[in-house]
Amino acid sequence: MALEWLHPVLIAAVLVLAAIGAVRRVNLWRQGQKEPVDIVGGLLAMPGRYMKDLHDVVERDKYMSKTHVATGGGFVLSMVLIVLVHGLGVDSKLLGWALLASLAMMFTGAVFVYLRRRNPPSRLSKGPWMRLPKSLLSFAGAFFILTLPLAGVLPEGTGGWLLTLVLTVLVIYGLSEMLLGMTWGGPMKHAFAGALHLAFHRRPERFGGGRSTGLKPIDLGQPVLGVQKPSDFKWNQLLGFDACVQCGRCEAVCPAFAAGQPLNPKKLIQDMVVGFAGGTDSHYAGSPYPGIDIGSASGGPHQPITEGLVTPDTLWSCTTCRACVEECPMMIEHVDAIVDMRRFMTLEKGSTPGKGAEVLENLIATDNPNGFAPASRSNWAADQNLNLMSEVKEAEVLFWVSDGAFDMRSQRIIRAFVKLLKAANVDVAILGNEEQDSGDLARRLGDDATFQQLARNNIATLSQYRFKKIVTTDPHAYHCLKNEYGDFGGNYEVFHHTTYLNELVQQDRLKFDQFQGGKVTYHDPCYLGRYNGEYEAPRELLRSLGIEIAEMERSGFRSRCCGGGGGAPVTDIPGEQRIADMRMEDVIATDAELVAVGCQQCTAMLEGVVEPRPEVKDISEILIDVLIEEVH
Amino acid sequence: MQPDLKLVSLLSTGRHPKSGRACRANQDSRALELAMKTSSQVTAVHAGNPDNNVLRQYAGMGLKKIAVLDLPETADPTQSLKHYLDEQSPDIVLTGVRAEDGESSGMLPYLLSEKLGWAMVPRIAEIQSIENGKAKVLQALPRGQRRLIEVDLPFIASVDNSAAEPRQSAFGPASRATIETISTEIFTDEALAGWQLSAARKRPKRLKIAKAKTAADRFKAATAKSQSKGGTLIKDKPASEQAKAIFDLLVTESVIKQP
Repeated sequence: MALEWLHPVLIAAVLVLAAIGAVRRVNLWRQGQKEPVDIVGGLLAMPGRYMKDLHDVVERDKYMSKTHVATGGGFVLSMVLIVLVHGLGVDSKLLGWALLASLAMMFTGAVFVYLRRRNPPSRLSKGPWMRLPKSLLSFAGAFFILTLPLAGVLPEGTGGWLLTLVLTVLVIYGLSEMLLGMTWGGPMKHAFAGALHLAFHRRPERFGGGRSTGLKPIDLGQPVLGVQKPSDFKWNQLLGFDACVQCGRCEAVCPAFAAGQPLNPKKLIQDMVVGFAGGTDSHYAGSPYPGIDIGSASGGPHQPITEGLVTPDTLWSCTTCRACVEECPMMIEHVDAIVDMRRFMTLEKGSTPGKGAEVLENLIATDNPNGFAPASRSNWAADQNLNLMSEVKEAEVLFWVSDGAFDMRSQRIIRAFVKLLKAANVDVAILGNEEQDSGDLARRLGDDATFQQLARNNIATLSQYRFKKIVTTDPHAYHCLKNEYGDFGGNYEVFHHTTYLNELVQQDRLKFDQFQGGKVTYHDPCYLGRYNGEYEAPRELLRSLGIEIAEMERSGFRSRCCGGGGGAPVTDIPGEQRIADMRMEDVIATDAELVAVGCQQCTAMLEGVVEPRPEVKDISEILIDVLIEEVH
Repeated sequence: MQPDLKLVSLLSTGRHPKSGRACRANQDSRALELAMKTSSQVTAVHAGNPDNNVLRQYAGMGLKKIAVLDLPETADPTQSLKHYLDEQSPDIVLTGVRAEDGESSGMLPYLLSEKLGWAMVPRIAEIQSIENGKAKVLQALPRGQRRLIEVDLPFIASVDNSAAEPRQSAFGPASRATIETISTEIFTDEALAGWQLSAARKRPKRLKIAKAKTAADRFKAATAKSQSKGGTLIKDKPASEQAKAIFDLLVTESVIKQP
């Protein structure tokens, strides 16, 4: 073959250019704030994280996971062998055959990428991503033919200068896409940034089946609180944004996007990339934020994000349901980023929209979001004959009532739960008026100062008493107490009431009749399910009543939010539909007459849907209807 | 916005109606909001304890600095404020209508206006314009009515509940603002020293008799504030007639006895 010297030189040149691009890219990430990471440990853990954790998420789409294994695995293997065989000129038939095999694998994968891209779903980004299958095919195809003589299949020097020219063009095209694109910002960037993102993830606890969902506290003494400019993010958050493959799985599950509110998690992450790399969003080729045209956003690493890059409404549309994070194959932390930016809006600019400002002021002045007299917190329990912690000092179970205490609908749930506790003879006490809001709402609205204050107050109160476990009917309080108070020295054994009731049922301390009613479905609250992994206990409880749950299409870890989280009902960003209405349509699609819920916010949101609609009941309310009370 | 205008906003400690906790006072926050909207040269002043944490809540509205005349609770703040305002010589001084805590007499703006010799406009909702040393202000009257008043600078105004809502108080600026303590001569409040304070008794509530026949009437009754009726304009009458009219009014209201 002519021009034998050309390909090694080409490969070497592209590798050098790619290395320069890599340094440039790393420097872009380094504009972010310091965050210590375990560099060696992270890099060593990276392959495992890729094979296990990342692949588990990709595996939810079988077609894509197989395609990716073939293409990605084939490419990595081929690249190593190409450097050996074509770059360094190692003359080995074995290596030649190995390279042919890996290129064939990559080519097969690329064919499936091509098939997928013929009629791509709307969630996928187009633009440069549409040329990717062609680049993959050229790369694999060209090197395959080039390798044939080395493996001894074809005699050396097959083909004339025309074939050499064609192959060289294809090799340059393929190498540029695969290697230069990786570090200079093409679609293949996801491989480079993604690998490092897995190594230096901000929540390494998530790997190996762990869970890390509590928001990180901020130091309130900093000169600027929250994230104003892209460079205010931690460096590994910027790295995480860069890892995005624009697969749009987040977009497909985002309740705010579906409701036509101006949020699209994928676009948000791409806008963050635009922010720290500088420029405009005109190259973005995916779905826009509903109602906002593409091309008008521009930013830079030191420019305020909400001045030109992202509108505040986008940030406030999020319900923090974590569906995007759960679905993201690159394990990007969208919710962390959104709350970081909200923190700046609330703590520095004082521009929490809607009723946000009022709610935060109430939380500061009355420890509850609606400004009720703190002395009236335990009024609901006037007829309940419940022990107060301040009197008994010690109990087996501390029942965390939460702000549902002020709301008459939620009181029905709370009373039902108390009735069940009494039927099971549980040694229970409440904090009464000493309890304060858990701080969930304040924190999701970006007011970490008020959250920290409330958390410290509650921890100080709890530290005066002795109890074995905390049980609560409110998944939001559950999440705060369990996952977010630890940063302030509050470590407790916390249970959601469905988990605890299920335990009581297993221990035969509660007995129920069979449920006599129609079809029942169950709605997973985000803060119970995705945030805390409790999908089974509520279902087991329902099954113990003889209920066969008619599951919604989106249930379990894919459950759709009711629209009540993250302060979304407070900030109330307008959209085309209400999230709760969409969730009720999911319920109606199962033909259920009753939707069982484990959260007072979800109850409120779903009951806010106009009738006729299925009935909404908390699991404890369903349970007391069939409770067999022993007469003493 | 009138950037060259000097405004002073007087801040007091509020008291949350439900929890009784100290917080920024509703009317004072509205006064500060009005001041910040009117001019960029706003001086916020508190007469009292410089360590009062509530001041941070006002600072969170975007103040770099709050001046505090360091006074004990027993002091008469009007004297010290008068001296301070003499030094500052602002164009407008804004206060709330009455404090939410303490004496809560609502007298402070009047006493200051008397001491300074400035006009006092009670219960304003808006400053409409300021031109040639005259300000046009909207005074809030019961049931949403407004009266346009023209007043010469400098003047004092108390700000009504119907003025624009105060902006959100943000934690960052609140914690970074400087509290500038100004030591000042302390004038003891002689009247206060002579008083005996005791806890308030809850007075029995008069039962409401529903007289309203229609929903519109009930709405009126629920929203009505006390409304002055009648009255005659005696502004342009000779001084002796004006004096006579005031004297007669005081007699009919049995404030003084007919000699």
